Amino acid sequence: MPLLEVENLVVDLPVSSGTLHAVNGISFNLERGETLAIVGESGSGKSMTSLAVMNLLPKRANRRANRLVFDGIDLANAPNARMRTLRGSRLAMIFQEPMTSLNPSYTIGNQLTEALRCHRSVPIASARDRAVQLLEKVGIPGAARRLGQYPHQLSGGLRQRVMIAMALMCGPDLIIADEPTTALDVTIQAQILHLLADLKREFGMAMILISHDLGVVARVADKVAVMYAGQVVESGAARSLFGTPRHPYTRGLLNCIPVPGRTTPGAPLGAIPGQLPSLIGPQRGCAFRERCAFAAPECAGDIAFITAEPGHDVRCVRLGALGMAA
Amino acid sequence: MLSFTSQRLLVAFSVALTVSIVAFVLLHLSGDLATAIAGPEATVAQVAEIRHQFGLDRPITAQYFDWLWHALHFDFGNSFYYRDTVVSLVVSRLPVTLTLGAISLALSLVVAVPLGVLAAVYSDTIIDRLALGFCVLGQAVPTFCLGLVLIIVFAVQLRWLPVSGTASWKNYILPSIALGWYAVPAVMRLSRNGMLEVLSSDYIRTARAKGLQPSVVILKHALRNAIIPVVALAAVQFGFMLGGSIVIEAVFNMQGLGYLAWEAIARNDFPVVQAVVLILAVIYVALTFLADVANAFLDPRIRLA
Ligand SMILES: Nc1ncnc2c1ncn2[C@@H]1O[C@H](COP(=O)(O)OP(=O)(O)OP(=O)(O)O)[C@@H](O)[C@H]1O
Ligand code: SF4
Ligand SMILES: [Mg+2]
Repeated sequence: MPLLEVENLVVDLPVSSGTLHAVNGISFNLERGETLAIVGESGSGKSMTSLAVMNLLPKRANRRANRLVFDGIDLANAPNARMRTLRGSRLAMIFQEPMTSLNPSYTIGNQLTEALRCHRSVPIASARDRAVQLLEKVGIPGAARRLGQYPHQLSGGLRQRVMIAMALMCGPDLIIADEPTTALDVTIQAQILHLLADLKREFGMAMILISHDLGVVARVADKVAVMYAGQVVESGAARSLFGTPRHPYTRGLLNCIPVPGRTTPGAPLGAIPGQLPSLIGPQRGCAFRERCAFAAPECAGDIAFITAEPGHDVRCVRLGALGMAA
Repeated sequence: MLSFTSQRLLVAFSVALTVSIVAFVLLHLSGDLATAIAGPEATVAQVAEIRHQFGLDRPITAQYFDWLWHALHFDFGNSFYYRDTVVSLVVSRLPVTLTLGAISLALSLVVAVPLGVLAAVYSDTIIDRLALGFCVLGQAVPTFCLGLVLIIVFAVQLRWLPVSGTASWKNYILPSIALGWYAVPAVMRLSRNGMLEVLSSDYIRTARAKGLQPSVVILKHALRNAIIPVVALAAVQFGFMLGGSIVIEAVFNMQGLGYLAWEAIARNDFPVVQAVVLILAVIYVALTFLADVANAFLDPRIRLA
C-alpha cells in the first residue's frame, strides 16, 4: 500500500471574476521512503497541491479528491482534530518563505520544541535535547546557544535550517518541502537541497520536493511530476523522465537549465515564450496549447494520459505525431 | 535595551517640556491676565498693582523660567479661588481621575480586545458583522450623551447605582462605562485588523502545520503579535480619556482633576489651569513611555536591537 495516494485532486478558489482552478484533477502515489519531485513554473499549482495534502489551504479554497489517503487514513474526510494529530507529527512541511515562517516573538527553542511537546508530551528537557541534536544535524553551529535566540537574529539560510529541524522533530513519515531554497542565496541553495536529501535517507522518510532546481531534482528524486496550469502533464521515474522527456512543456523546461559542458557559462538560458493561461473559468483542452510549437486543432479537445513507458505517463494528444509515443 | 529606554526617556522629557512652554504661552496669549484676575470692576491702578504683585510685568521668558523652576520643586503657587496651594488641590483630586481613567481603560480593553479577536477569527461571519455594528454604534454616541443615558436608566429609573459623587466604588461604574465606551471602537478595530493580518501570516501557517490546537495558534502565536500595536493605542486612548474626564466628571459630579480644570477655567484660576495642563501632559507622556517599554518587552526585535 502506498504511503500517500492522491487521485483526481481538485482545488478551486472563488475569486471576484469567477472560479480559479488552482489544481485541476491531479493524481500521484508515493511509497514509503520515496522522493517525488514536483516541478513546474510559478503559478502552476505546486504549493496549492502541498497545502491541500496538509489541509492548510486558504479558508476560501475548496478541496475535492476521489482519493486522498495517507497510510490508510482518508485525509479527504478526516475531521480537523484528526488532521491535527497528523500534522507536525507524521506529516511535516517546510515552506517557501524562511524569512517569515518563524514567529518573531518566540525563541527558536520554544518553536522547535512545541510540536514535540504537543504530540508526544515529552518533558521539556528531552525536547530541548532533541532540538539541539537536530540543529546540529542540519548544520547549525553553536546549536545549544541558538535555542535562546530569536528568528531575527538568524540569517535566511539558518532560519530555513531551523525550519527543517522543526519539521523533523517528531520524526514524520512524509515531509513536504515546498521550494525550500527559492528565497535563499544561490550559494546555499544546493547545500540545503542536498541536506534535505541526506536527512530524508537517514530518517527513512518519504519526501515531496518542490523545486525549480531541475539539476538537483534529477539527482535526488525517485519520481518526478511536471505540473502545468494545475495539471500534471508528465510524470514518471526520474531516470525515464529526464532521460527521455516527452511532453513539449517538459522538453521546454529542460532546455531552460544549464548543462555543464554544453551550455556556455553566462549564455542566456532558453525560456518558453508566453505565459500561463488564465486559470479562471472552465478549463478545456491542453492548457499548454497557446505556447506549444506543436499545437494542432485536436489539442483543444479532451486530453487523456498516454503511457509512454510503464510508469511514465504523458498528457499530450500528439505524442505519436511527434515521434514521442512508446 | 538600555539605550532604547534612555532614548525614549529623553523624548518623553522633551515632550513634557514643550507642552509646558506651549501651555504657558497660550495662557498668556489668551488675554491680559492681570485684568482677568482683577475682575471687571477694578480700576486701572488696581490692575497695575495686581500686574506687579503677580510678577506679570516681567518679561514672559523670565516668568516662564520662574514658573518652571518652582514647578520642578512641586510648587505651583496658590489657587486664586480656593484658599489652598495648587499642589494640595491637585493631590486631593488626582486619585479620582486616575481611578476613573484606569477603570475605563481596563473596561474598554477587556471588551474591545476579545471582541476584535473574535471578529478576526470569525471574519466575514455574523459575529464579525455584529462586532462592527457595535463599533459604529459606539462611535455615533458622544460620551456625555451615553453618560446621561446611563444615569437615566441605571441610576434614576432602575436605581441600581448612584447618580453622582465618588463615595464608593459603585460611583465609578457608570462614568467608567461612559468614558471607556469611547475607546472601544478604535481598540476593537485595531485588534481585529492586527489579528487578521497576523492570522494570514506565514508563521501562523507554520504553527498550524505543527498540528497545534487552534487555541494555542490564536492565543500564543497570533495574539502576542497582534497586541503590540494595541498597547501603543491604549496609551493614546488613556490620554483621550483624561481629556474626556473633564466632561464625564462634570456630568457625574466627581471631584477629580477634570472637574478641577473645568472649574479653574471658568474662574480664571490660572495657576491651577497651568498645573493641571502640565500634569495631564506628564501623565500622558509617561504612559506613552511605558507603552514603548511594554512593546519592547513584547517584541524581541525592539528589545534586542
Ligand atoms: N490565496 C489565493 N487566492 C487566490 N488565488 C491564489 C491564492 N494563492 C494562490 N493562488 C493562485 O493559485 C494558483 C496556483 O498557485 P500556487 O501557489 O500553487 O503556485 P506555485 O506552483 O506554488 O507557484 P510558485 O512557484 O510561484 O510558488 C496561481 O494561479 C495563484 O495565482
Ligand atoms: S496536446 Fe497539443 S498543445 Fe498540448 S502539448 Fe501536446 S501538442 Fe502541444
Ligand atoms: Mg509555491
